This record gives sequence, C-alpha cells and structure tokens, in this order.
Amino acid sequence: MATPVMDKAEAEAAASPYITVTFRIRRFNPELSEHAVWEDFPIEIDPKERVLDGLHKIKWDLDGTLTFRRSCAHGICGSDAMRINGKNRLACKTLIKDINPEKPITVEAIKGLTVLKDLVVDMEPFFQAYRDVMPFLVTKGNEPTRERLQSAEARERFDDTTKCILCAACTTSCPVFWNDGQYFGPAAIVNAHRFIFDSRDEAGEQRLEILNDKDGVWRCRTTFNCTDACPRGIEVTKAIQEVKRALITRRF
Amino acid sequence: MKIHKYDTVIVGAGGAGMRAAIEATKRSRTAVLTKLYPTRSHTGAAQGGMAAALANVEEDNWEWHTFDTVKGGDYLVDQDAAEILAKEAIDAVLDLEKMGLPFNRTPNGTIDQRRFGGHSRNHGEAPVRRSCYAADRTGHMILQTLYQNCVKEGVEFFNEFYVLDQLITEVDGVKMSAGVVAYELATGEIHVFQAKSVIYASGGTGKFFKVTSNAHTLTGDGQAACYRRGLPLEDMEFFQFHPTGIWRMGILLTEGARGEGGILRNKDGERFMEKYAPVMKDLASRDVVSRSIYTEIREGRGCGPEGDHVYLDLTHLPPEQLDAKLPDITEFARTYLGIEPYTDPIPIQPTAHYAMGGIPTNVEGEVLLDNTTVVPGLYAAGEVACVSVHGANRLGTNSLLDINVFGKRSGIAAAEYAVKSDYVDLPEDPASLVVDQVERLRNSTGSERVAEIRRELQETMDANVMVFRTEQTIKTAVEKIAELRERYRNVSIQDKGKRFNTDLLEAIELGNLLDLAEVMAVSALARKESRGGHYREDYPNRDDVNFMRHTMAYREVGDDGSETVRLDYKPVVQTRYQPMERKY
Ligand SMILES: Cc1cc2nc3c(=O)[nH]c(=O)nc-3n(C[C@H](O)[C@H](O)[C@H](O)COP(=O)(O)OP(=O)(O)OC[C@H]3O[C@@H](n4cnc5c(N)ncnc54)[C@H](O)[C@@H]3O)c2cc1C
Ligand code: SF4
Ligand code: FES
Repeated sequence: MATPVMDKAEAEAAASPYITVTFRIRRFNPELSEHAVWEDFPIEIDPKERVLDGLHKIKWDLDGTLTFRRSCAHGICGSDAMRINGKNRLACKTLIKDINPEKPITVEAIKGLTVLKDLVVDMEPFFQAYRDVMPFLVTKGNEPTRERLQSAEARERFDDTTKCILCAACTTSCPVFWNDGQYFGPAAIVNAHRFIFDSRDEAGEQRLEILNDKDGVWRCRTTFNCTDACPRGIEVTKAIQEVKRALITRRF
Repeated sequence: MKIHKYDTVIVGAGGAGMRAAIEATKRSRTAVLTKLYPTRSHTGAAQGGMAAALANVEEDNWEWHTFDTVKGGDYLVDQDAAEILAKEAIDAVLDLEKMGLPFNRTPNGTIDQRRFGGHSRNHGEAPVRRSCYAADRTGHMILQTLYQNCVKEGVEFFNEFYVLDQLITEVDGVKMSAGVVAYELATGEIHVFQAKSVIYASGGTGKFFKVTSNAHTLTGDGQAACYRRGLPLEDMEFFQFHPTGIWRMGILLTEGARGEGGILRNKDGERFMEKYAPVMKDLASRDVVSRSIYTEIREGRGCGPEGDHVYLDLTHLPPEQLDAKLPDITEFARTYLGIEPYTDPIPIQPTAHYAMGGIPTNVEGEVLLDNTTVVPGLYAAGEVACVSVHGANRLGTNSLLDINVFGKRSGIAAAEYAVKSDYVDLPEDPASLVVDQVERLRNSTGSERVAEIRRELQETMDANVMVFRTEQTIKTAVEKIAELRERYRNVSIQDKGKRFNTDLLEAIELGNLLDLAEVMAVSALARKESRGGHYREDYPNRDDVNFMRHTMAYREVGDDGSETVRLDYKPVVQTRYQPMERKY
C-alpha cells in the first residue's frame, strides 16, 4: 500500500462539521394525554452522525421524557426500528446526511403495533407470530456423536434468512399487516424459511402447513415494502415467494 | 409490589443467561428476567467466532488451547478453570450445532475453523485454526439459536424487567441468596422474586468508557447489585481494549479480519506489528496489539490530520473473500465511514471491549463471599462473572466459549441446588432499597444531569485508565470519580412518570457505572505491575513475586455512612504451567 494521505473522510472531519437539523417527533404519553402530537426539536449535529445520536442529544440535553428503545447502536440488536421520514429504518443505521437534513426529519413509531409511549410499541404480537412458526431446528432419530454434516452449498441455501435481527421493520411496513394484524407478517415467514430450507431440519411440512393458514403466506401481495425496509439486506419478498413455491411443489 | 416465587431465577438473557435457562428450565421452575428482549442482548454483536480444538482443519488439541488461554491471560488465569473451558469447548460447539447453529462448513461438511489472535499450535509455534464461526456474525447466530431453543423448551421470560437489587438473608450465620428485586419498565411496578437459586448473567460494564464496542445497556448492573450487598468483585482493573474499533466510534471490527489476512499499517504504510510480535504479528494477543498501536500513534506514526489512528488494511484480500467471510464489518465501514474496504484501508483505534473481572465464582458458577466461602443459592456466568478463565487478558473467541460452558454449568448447578433446597425467608421489607432509590430519583430537584456526569465519567476513564496507565493518571481518575459520585447524589431526572421511564433507568445505570469505575480505578492503583490488559508505564514489568494474585474488592461502609473500596487478594490456581515471559 502506498503511504496513506489525508483521505476524504478525514478532510471532511477537519472542517467544522455541525449543522442545525430539526427533528419532528411524534410524541405520545398516555399518562399525560390520550392524543399524540408532533413536537419539533432543533439540534446541532454532525451530518455524519446517526439519527440515534440525534435522539440521544434530545433526550440527554433537552427533554429526558423522550422515550425510545436502543442498545447496540450499530444495527445488530434490532431495538430501534422506527419510521424516519415515512420509511421504516433503524435509527442507529441511518446517517443524518442520507435523509435530507435540510427539511425537518420526521420520526415516529413503527405502524401496526400498539404505541405505548413515544417511539415504543408493543412487540408481543410480533414475537408471538415468530414463535408460532416453530422457529427452531427439529430433527428425528438419534443424535450423532459429532456435528451433523452439511455441505457449504446446503448451508448457503438459507444463509440470507439467518441474518434476521427481529427488528420488525419489514412486518410493520407491510400494508396487509396494517389492515389485518392476524397476518403472520414477513418476519415470521423469513424465520420459517430459515428452517424450511435448512437441510438438517425435518419439520418443513409442519411449518408449511402453519403458513398455509388463511393468515399465512397467501396474504402476501408482493409489494416489496418489506425488502426495502430490511436493514439487514435480506431479500424478504424472495423468501416469501420461495415459501409459496414450496407450498405448491412441496419441494424444499 | 408483587411477589413471585420460582426455583431458579436467571438475571439476563444473553448467551450465558439463555444457555443456563435451557438447562435450568428442564430441571426446575425457572424465570428469566431481562432488561432487554433476549435477542437484543449484546452477545448478538459478537463477530469472530468461538474457540474449540475440534481439529477439523488441522491438528489441534484442548491442552494447547488451555496453554494459550493461560498464557494469553498473562498467567493470572485459574488453570483448573481454563482446563475445563478448553476441554468442554468441544461439546459446547457440538451442542450448538445440534441446536441448529448454522456454522460455516469445510468442503467435507464439518464445521469450518479459522485463525484468531493468541491461539497457537503446540504452545506458541504458529497460529492454529481453532475458531468455529458463522461468517462474521457468530454471536448473532449463537444468540438466535439459543433463543430458538428457549422457545422450543418453553422458557419463561420477563422481558424489560430490570434487576436492581440482590436479596441476602443470614441463616444460622450463613449468608444465603433469597431472591432479587426487579423494576418493570412498562409499568414502573416493583417485583420481588423469591428464588432458591439466582444466576447472574447480566453481561459487561463497558459503558464507563467513551470509545467502546459495548452497547448502551452494558452498565454492570449485576456486578453493582452484588457489590452493594457486600460481595466482592474480582480483578476489576483488568479490562480489554480491542485493537480494532472504528475510529472515534468504537464499533468493533473483528479480529477475524486479521485472521483472514488483514494487516495493520501506520501512516508510512508500514506493517508495524512485525516489530512488536515477530511470530504472531497482527495476530498477537489483544493487549499487545493495542499497546503497539498506541506506541505508533505516540511516536508520530499515526494516520490522519491528528495522527490519532492507524489503518486496518483489507485491500489485498479478494472481494469475494470479504463478502463471504466478513460481510458485516465491511458494511459497517461503508455505512459509518463511507469507506469501501475493497479499495481503501479502514481507520481504527483501540476500543474498550471486555471486562475480565467481575463477580468471583468457582467452576460450578457458585458466587464467592470471600476467597473460599460460597454464597448458597447464588451463581454467576458470562461476562458478569470472573471464574477466572481470562486472567489479565481474554483471548478472542474465548468469551463466546465461556458463556456456553459456564452458562450451561451454572444452569445445571443452580437448578440442582434449587430442587433439593428450601426457600430462604425474604428479608424484612425486601423492596425497600429499590423503592427508596426510585423514589429519591423521581422526587429529586437537584441540579445535576445524568448525561453530563456520564460524559465526564467516560472522558476521564478514556483519558486515564485505558491502554496506558500511571500512578498519576489513575489518581486523577480516582479523584474525578469521587467528585462525580458526590455530584450524583444531587442528580435529578425530567421524566417523573411510571410508564417506560428510561430517564429514570439511565440514572440508575449511571449510579452502577460510577460504583464500578471506582472499584476499577482503586484496584488498578494498587496493582503496581503490568500484566495483560493492565499496563502501568511506571511499572512496565510483570511482578510475579508481589502480584501473582487476584484482586478482591469489597465495599466498606464507615460508621458515618462513608463508602470506601477495601482491597484484598486471592491466590491464583496454578496446575501445570509455570509463568513464563509472554512473547508472540
Ligand atoms: C462487538 C463485540 C464483539 C465480540 N466478539 C466476540 C467474538 O467473536 N468471540 C468471543 O468469544 N467473544 C466476543 N465478544 C465478547 C462476547 O460477545 C461477550 O463477552 C458475551 O457475549 C457476553 O455474553 P453475556 O451473556 O455474558 O452478556 P450479554 O449478551 O451482554 O447479555 C446480558 C444480558 O443481561 C441482561 N441484563 C443486564 N442488566 C440487567 C438487569 N439489571 N436486569 C435484568 N437483565 C439485565 C440484558 O438484558 C442481556 O440479556 C464480543 C463482544 C463485543 C462487544
Ligand atoms: S427480515 Fe429484516 S426487517 Fe424483517 S425483522 Fe428480520 S431483519 Fe428486521
Ligand atoms: S440500537 Fe441495536 S439495532 Fe439499532
């Protein structure tokens, strides 16, 4: 490698980075009022920072009552899916500069799950749908003494759907889910896919029957919102299509 | 206030907590209390892998692994525990595979393995491929797999319950665990869980540093709860600074990147690790690499306008290899730095990563009251605990291993103890400490702010007790922490409500961080030697005569209510390996 010179990121950092950005946040606190309201917070922030950094600035320096979930701060724990400028994203994986900071940035809770306070929703129905698809390996017969063998290709077959962090960005961007909370939703199907296409698993038929239900995969209208929303880059719609095809052909 | 009764209560649902839960639920009536939804736990952030001498790709055995662990820990490791860790590693990996974990595979279908820092063939001869992995999201896959199996076993979770106090009752002069007190985030309600056994699996405490790979929620709540009740904390001065955090942000870029062939370079493009560790080079143990990076920076060979970082260079690796083996960390570089790792080196700096110290336990996970006595019914496992298998410096991939081996052991031991024991009476007014704490914060009109104290704490920790320490810097930290603790009494919060009051919990978490920062600094001040992650510039050598011993820190409350840290020491268990100079 040649001698490194000052690169682009560093040159930018050397100049004063701060700009003023307005966060327009959908506030709701049932202890105070049954109505939700929009509230504006102008803050100084480096546009290379995350939306989560902006929310922290507000909570830590301006208004301690602002409430949201977060933990890892780098897109791996799935705590902070929210609607940012009308699209579902993780606040910790969305940089200010990438969402047009010239205009107020709107932040609200994800849709389709009950809002409990500010950006916090009730995740129980979401996790219930996940638990309903038998999201665990099922095998028959005796356990081998060593590991089960699996070829690299067979492992690759379901690689994409193992990436899911259960953030709910997909499910809560789905118009079918908004209209009918009974639909399993894309995330549960993704997690069923992860096992249906795992060569070691022997409960594919059972999972397919569960998803063949009236609230199962056939509800999907292939709007691709889920795929767009997924912060892990999972091809969610494709996974759903593969499950549908497996239901028809019973091959997986 | 609500009172619940369970045989076994587990505090935390990360890797250690869920591994314990799978065992405990099969054997006893078990509840898992966790402040985060299980799948949000920071085990999910682990990238590189989990060590086990499977010997799937080259010759290896658990004795070599034991040696590497002892040497990596700069001989402060309890060797009986390290031997268990290395021996049981093999089953721990096979257990996970059988539970469904999608490990990367070799061409013949077995679990693939790769190199990692400090793991060697035949006692240091050359790097060995010992790390079992699933791309660069091994921790994610462990966390998901364990949660999946908890669903399968019907484990009972109390999600978003914050455990804030450990209950201890004295029975015939013996201190016994009686249960825990928890705060329910959704409602603000306080719950007492009476339990025959309690397992702490509440993770690390990295948030007292500013540049850290740790999640916002890693605030040492379990360590602090036990410490406040008079239990010791072991080896808290030993904290690991991982060499490759994203510059200024601290987000981790796994050592697996160097295992795959990545190289550290200074501003002259020089592969500087060749100077410091001629054999293991970029894969020397983490404390060695972190110090080397800072030495480069201090001697003016750092990169960037401020010369405050170095580069992790992956540009010579084929893009297909990066995509297949390191997809997540290359994406972090793109997302957070706008850098394309195929063509550009990534700016990095050491990041506060892992607490080697914690709640002292024996190899069954039983918590110690002093150097030898256990607290009946109390267990700890994972990063919150100190067994001690990591000694003064943990090897990469040994923590995912630790949480599985000792999570399982403590789950079995705690449940077996619970089924053969009776409930211990709760202390009178069991929730009083938590009720007082919550009420005081909710009603306080003080002028101090949580965020400001936390910021100052993190700054002083980064400046004074990080990779390089001296008497002077540690004293500065001790004084600053004392000042902050004083100011903390006067802290107030804005949210006075009951529902989802995260303002309140951040204040409580800060209190925990302040207590633990003090323990760390006081322990570090007294250790006048350099060993593993604890490096004293004024005492640059290891001193086995005076300091081949574990620190045991106790909280002492004076008659006037003043609090101090009292230090004591505990011998190290040595079996077959005599301390040698550590070279890589
Ligand atoms: C970025 C990163 C990468 C890593 N990579 C590797 C690697 O490749 N290999 C390796 O071996 N190690 C790695 N490590 C280290 C390893 O991942 C951790 O040490 C380990 O996962 C800790 O697991 P745990 O179960 O002890 O804690 P965690 O997974 O942190 O879980 C803690 C649990 O405790 C709960 N909790 C905390 N406080 C409370 C409270 N007050 N009340 C109730 N519940 C509470 C939380 O909700 C959570 O469920 C890495 C660490 C980091 C940060
Ligand atoms: S599929 Fe993607 S968007 Fe949906 S829950 Fe999983 S990670 Fe989130
Ligand atoms: S905080 Fe973990 S995904 Fe955003």
